[in-house]
Order: sequence, then C-alpha cells, then structure tokens
Amino acid sequence: MSETARSAAPQIPREVPRAREMRSQLGRARGLGAAHGGTRHWWAQRLTAIALVPLVLWFVASVLHLVGAARPAVAHWMAHPVNAALFAALVIATFHHAQLGLQVVVEDYVHADRLRMATLLAIKGAAALLGLLALYAVLKLAFSG
Amino acid sequence: MTGDGDAQMVGRTSDGARVRRPLSPHLQVYRPQITSVLSILHRMTGVALAIGTLLLVWWLVAAASGDAAYAAVSGFLRSPLGLLVLFGWTAALWYHFCAGLRHLTWDAGWGFALPQVHRTGWAALIATAVLTLLTWVVGVAVM
Repeated sequence: MSETARSAAPQIPREVPRAREMRSQLGRARGLGAAHGGTRHWWAQRLTAIALVPLVLWFVASVLHLVGAARPAVAHWMAHPVNAALFAALVIATFHHAQLGLQVVVEDYVHADRLRMATLLAIKGAAALLGLLALYAVLKLAFSG
Repeated sequence: MTGDGDAQMVGRTSDGARVRRPLSPHLQVYRPQITSVLSILHRMTGVALAIGTLLLVWWLVAAASGDAAYAAVSGFLRSPLGLLVLFGWTAALWYHFCAGLRHLTWDAGWGFALPQVHRTGWAALIATAVLTLLTWVVGVAVM
C-alpha cells in the first residue's frame, strides 16, 4: 500500500543540478557581462584609487605649505612644473574616481530608469566640466599667474 | 508560519532545500555593526568629497582669476563656517583615504577574516582621527 503510494508520487531528484559557471558560453566568449563593459569600471575605480594614494598625501602637504599664502605666492608655487603636473594629475584622477563612485551610488539607489539616466548624465557632465575648469585654472596659474 | 513576515523568511539553499532565513537585513531591526557602519561611512564620505570638490575648484578658479576673487575665497575659508567645512572636508578625506586602503587590501585578497576586519576597521577610525588632528595642528601652527 505504502509502496504503491510512494511510486505514484512525482519523483523529486535528490541531487539538484548546480551551475558551476553562472555565465553562458557566448557571454564567456565575449567576456563583457550584462553591462557590456566587463571589469573596466571596477578596474578604473581601483587604478584611480591607487593613483590618488600618493597624490592625496602630496596634496595635503601642499595645502599645508600654502596655508595663508597670498595669491602671487600660490601662482609662483604652481609655476613649478612638478607642482603643476601633479596638481593636474590630482584633478584628473579625482574627478574620474568621483564620477565612477557616484555612478555606483546612483545605480544602487535610483530605481526609475529615466531619472537614473538623467542623474548619471548630469553627474558625468558636471564632473567633466568641473575637471576641465580646474585643469584650466591650474594651467593658467602655472603659465601666467 | 503565518503572515507576511514569515513568508518573507522562506529562502532556499544553493542545493534547493527550503530554509527559514531573513532575505535581507531589515534596517529597522538590524543592529549597527562596525562592518556595516564603516561601509556606509565610506560611501557617505565619498559623496561628501565629490561635493567638496566644488570648494577645490572655487579656490583654483579664484586663484587663477585675480586678487579680488582670491580674497573672497580666502575670506570664506577663514570664516567660522569655512573652517567648519574645511574640518569636515579634512576628516572625510582622511576617512575615505584610510577606508579606501582597507578596500584595496580586500581587493588584493587580504584581510577577510572577521578578527582582521574588526581590527582594520578600528585602525581606519583611529588613523582618521589622528591624521585629521595632525593636519589641523600643523595647519594652525603654520597659519
């Protein structure tokens, strides 16, 4: 009696097949994933982070050096090629790192498609413009005070 | 097993067995831990620093524009509000710096054991306080 009842019940496999690889063969071949960018975003954020470690240390030391300085003294300091180049590197790495990080925050918390796209475009545009503005100011200070 | 609260606690293990477990941390009942608090603090300081770049750009553009513009930004930075903003900016920078180093060690595959996570977390907080105070002691001394 109980034997027939058991055989009539649908068989549930004890071993549920598990995927070892969570990506399709085509996805693996293309290697870029759902965002079509692969690891580029992640990697760029780490590269800029590593670049910013020495740059931030140099920046804090420079700001402490320039505390209370008059404008001509700042321009004179920026006219040194090493200072101008490092400041330009700091500006580029900072704004690139900032817009990458803000992008992740927006993607995590803004769920409406249009609003998310609009916010991302605004952030990327603002980062590019502020970066250009800062770079131009660095070069103008360095070249003409 | 009644009510939505219980229904939300039904999950499956990776081999398909049903288990009762919370599916995500409910912030109302979730006790703050150093791991979660430092994680959100890294984000918040990152966003704050991104906004704080406005101050850096203002200072740079003013310095490149002329004496009057530079006097205006200097005046703001020396005001009580300006000093407060600068202090917060310094603390946010050092926290994001220290926590960022911690993230880079994780990216390199080091420091995932819970005792290490707690140790490096407290180290990041202490280093933030020390570096912030050190920056301001030096800053005030040379002012």
